[in-house]
Amino acid sequence: MKRTMEQETGSKGIFLSIDWITILLYVILIVWGWFSVCGACYDFNNPDLFSWETNSGKQIVWGGSSLVLAAVLMLIEKRFYDTAAYVIYGALMLLLMVTIVIAPDTKGSRSWLPITSSVKIQPAEFAKFAVALALGKLMDKYGFNIKKPKDIGIAIALIIFPMLLIIAQKETGSALVYFAFFLMLYREGMTGSLLFCGFACVVYFVVGMKFSQDYIANMPVSIGEFSVLMLAMIFTIGMVWTYCHNRFAVRLMAAVCFGATLLAMLFSLFVIPFDVCYVMLGACILMILYIIGLAIYTRLYKYALIALFAIVSCSLFYMSSTLFAHLADHQRTRIEVLLGMKDDPRGAGYNVNQAKIAIGSGGLTGKGFLNGTQTKLKYVPEQHTDFIFCTVGEEEGFVGSAGVLIVYLFFIWRLIIVAERQPDTMGRVYGYCVLCIFLFHLFINVGMVLGLTPVIGIPLPFFSYGGSSLWGFTLLLFIFLRMDAERNLKRQ
Amino acid sequence: MKNHVYENRKFIIGGIALVIVLCYIVRLAFLQLSDGEYKSRADNNAFFNNIIFPSRGVIYDRNGELLVYNQPAYDIMVVMREVKNLDTLDFCNTLGITKKFFDERMETIKNTNKNPGYSSYTQQLFYAQIPAAEFSIFQEKLFRFHGFYVRERTIRRYATDHCAHILGDVAEVSQKEVDNDDYYDPGDYIGKQGVERSYEPELRGVKGVQILLRDARGRIQGHYRNGALDRKPVPGKSLTLSIDAKVQALGERLMEGKMGAIVAIEPKTGEILCMVSAPSYDPHRMEGKQRGTQMMEMQHDPMKPMLNRAIAGTYPPGSTFKTSQGLTFLQEGIITSSTSYPCSRGFRYGGMKVGCHGHGAPLPLIPAIATSCNGYFCWGLYHMLSNRKNYKNIQEALTTWKDYMVSMGFGYKLGVDLPGEARGMIPNAQFYDKAYKDSWNPLSVISIAIGQGEVTLTPLQIANLGATIANRGYYITPHIVKGVEGGHIADSLKEKHYTKVEKQYYEMIAEGMRKAVLGGTCRSANNSQYAVCGKTGTAQNRGKDHSAFMGFAPMENPKIAVAVYVENGGFGATYGVPIGALIMEQYINGKLSPASEAKAASFQSRHIDYGTRAR
Repeated sequence: MKRTMEQETGSKGIFLSIDWITILLYVILIVWGWFSVCGACYDFNNPDLFSWETNSGKQIVWGGSSLVLAAVLMLIEKRFYDTAAYVIYGALMLLLMVTIVIAPDTKGSRSWLPITSSVKIQPAEFAKFAVALALGKLMDKYGFNIKKPKDIGIAIALIIFPMLLIIAQKETGSALVYFAFFLMLYREGMTGSLLFCGFACVVYFVVGMKFSQDYIANMPVSIGEFSVLMLAMIFTIGMVWTYCHNRFAVRLMAAVCFGATLLAMLFSLFVIPFDVCYVMLGACILMILYIIGLAIYTRLYKYALIALFAIVSCSLFYMSSTLFAHLADHQRTRIEVLLGMKDDPRGAGYNVNQAKIAIGSGGLTGKGFLNGTQTKLKYVPEQHTDFIFCTVGEEEGFVGSAGVLIVYLFFIWRLIIVAERQPDTMGRVYGYCVLCIFLFHLFINVGMVLGLTPVIGIPLPFFSYGGSSLWGFTLLLFIFLRMDAERNLKRQ
Repeated sequence: MKNHVYENRKFIIGGIALVIVLCYIVRLAFLQLSDGEYKSRADNNAFFNNIIFPSRGVIYDRNGELLVYNQPAYDIMVVMREVKNLDTLDFCNTLGITKKFFDERMETIKNTNKNPGYSSYTQQLFYAQIPAAEFSIFQEKLFRFHGFYVRERTIRRYATDHCAHILGDVAEVSQKEVDNDDYYDPGDYIGKQGVERSYEPELRGVKGVQILLRDARGRIQGHYRNGALDRKPVPGKSLTLSIDAKVQALGERLMEGKMGAIVAIEPKTGEILCMVSAPSYDPHRMEGKQRGTQMMEMQHDPMKPMLNRAIAGTYPPGSTFKTSQGLTFLQEGIITSSTSYPCSRGFRYGGMKVGCHGHGAPLPLIPAIATSCNGYFCWGLYHMLSNRKNYKNIQEALTTWKDYMVSMGFGYKLGVDLPGEARGMIPNAQFYDKAYKDSWNPLSVISIAIGQGEVTLTPLQIANLGATIANRGYYITPHIVKGVEGGHIADSLKEKHYTKVEKQYYEMIAEGMRKAVLGGTCRSANNSQYAVCGKTGTAQNRGKDHSAFMGFAPMENPKIAVAVYVENGGFGATYGVPIGALIMEQYINGKLSPASEAKAASFQSRHIDYGTRAR
């Protein structure tokens, strides 16, 4: 009798504890997404938006079934995930492996499993929640310490393994999403310098590639090479300053590196023009040798790591140029177009160019529902899936598209708040996994439509057409909301 | 178990999200709130303006006889993507083309350098302007040629063998015309010459447009806003010319083998009844696809058949000009009806001699016109230019003279509604000051009194002189279009232009011209049924004299004024007078008498040998 009472107050408590704000934002996004799909999928031969024959009609079914899925997920207790996290992880890894073998070739990738003749699912969309659960379970374990190389190693392995499987399915875009988990690791205490190193690599690559063919004044000095070496010096010296607090070393290195560079520049400018980069490279090598010396002398492994960073920094530019030269033509063109080195509106830049036209033509308030010509007439390839944001931009204009972004921002902020209020590590880690995935999708998807990030084929959550992604995101979110609803219950 | 150590990192993650969203909103603002460039690019992508061509107005003569009409022609279109299992041999045989042509044509269509708008999903022009007869054979087999379609267009057809210069022709617009007028797009047709050109806005109508939505592959997906912004084409207006097709046909017959022009005007209205320029050409040569080659051929012909000599040829008017001189001298008080001047086989004064033929002398104005006395008019001009009572100096005298000429429609374009009109030449005082370096006297310029020297007129201006005398003092700008369907001709074509000479003096000149027919130089123009007035002209030039005639009939209430100009035809009486007489008879009686018919036949067969010299 007493137990029943407890259960009742428990379930009532759970109902009261459900985060209705997140659910409201979720419903807003799904409905808004459906209107966009209508515009993107408009078929002149079949203008009935609710017909099963059209994508907009199907999307209603996907949306409705997602709500059912959400309701079911709210019934599954957290205890279940706690128990089954590794089993679920294992099962989905198995599914990913099987998919590589049995999935038919769809546009070059082997990631879609046919369920019936017209319904296909993409296991990669569902693997994310399994990884998030497994990470939560792992990090909730008593004694887990992210600073311990073994512990962080396991965590990273849990992330890398599905990535490799998905890359093997030739779905590189979906695999890249798993980088989002590193942001969660950062929240959990992973050192920020790793994130900084990743950021530095991207900066080196972009600056180095984009300006590799531009020259300073009338000297044979490539702006790209010069900037990368300059940044490498600044970053390295900055790291010594931040992590080692060795003022003498910082002053010495700064004097040598910048002094040599300045002198070389003046010589090249007024006496004989020559490639200043050789001098800079020489200075960098001296600097690296000096840091290695410091590492040996002080026996501080920090110096060794900084030296490693400096070596990678200096060599990255040359490695990436070599790599770049060995890329397939279409890949190279794609990178060149992205970096703005090439204008190719008919080839690699076609999608992005047409997407920009679609969005730009929307103006302040857009052309109105179903009045977007760019999207309705299929000028933007993949516009109902990866390029769905074009339809928002064209039909709803600046007001609508900025509105979508702001709703997303609220959504992510709300998830941060909800994640932070979790009583245990599992809930918080899982919550951060969820929000980081949403953030990554938003960043890459909208960025590529706006021509700011590379064209990586990943969907915009709740907007892009498709059952797999919608179910995948619903699954991800509602497991977390159920966990959150249990936050006030004592652990049994 | 809360992890408080790193809780502040939630702000960094939230900050990252905020920065991303803010960056994207700024980017959106740049794309969406800047200029309309993206909007117009989207419109260019999506809207396909399907032009619907209106039918061009047809052209009739003054009696309602059809001269120009439209005939459907068919363009064969191809949609590359749909072409399959084509029996190329059968296809080529049906169209009457070779396999080689077929292959080349298909290659050209697919070449996006030569055909920038190419899409394998849309209709591309394969073969233009198949006449209806050939098309019917093709149509029977069309169902077998997958991917081939037919587009209807119209081509201009001529129901007459005459009037080539008047009617002009129609062809594709040039790039310059496209640049100058927003109405035209490349590939449109435009009137190039004749009334087709001068009445282009009336004839062409207004193009209609359907605004269609075109998808990324070039396929049409429907009407924009269900056709709310579509426009229907407005058909072109038909024209009624003032030309009498029968008179025109007779004129062209009479001018066969000769160079020159005939212009006939209805004096009361200024309507041009016939306008012949010889040599002419068959307007059928300008029909359809052959136009280009035919044009080239004619442009290289030394006889210049394309030139409309009636309005663009400038000739010395010869003695027909004497009428205008008599009028000027009378009005200026230099002479009266009774003033007589001597003529001893010409004008002789101060070593100057202008020859004349044998006639009684001295003589007054009316017989001087009738016998076309050179001496009389040279003396008249001499006295006018030497008159220091009326004019301060010779410049002022000549300026006065020039003003009279200009008031009669000389020296400037009359403003006929046809392209290519020349203005002719009436010299002014400045001209002679320059030519003679300020030292000239009446004798220097005396030959202008008899329509020689620097004076040149177009045949139209000579005919207009005849019309002015017929009207006894005014003319209406000669025009070729009598009416525009559902509209009016310009008011400027109805105004009376009075000359500086009073009506009473015109009566005298008309009487002189009547005398010329009854007993002077124009005797062969006499007709027992109506009173003809006429004036010959024999214009000297480097070759054989030009034969000219200017006249009108009947003397009272004139119906027709005519100018005939036959290059190197000799005396005015040789060609000018009889041709003019036949034109008058045809128009006034509606037919030629048997005797006149025989005369016409003999003139038709009398050709003048111009040699091979380029004109």
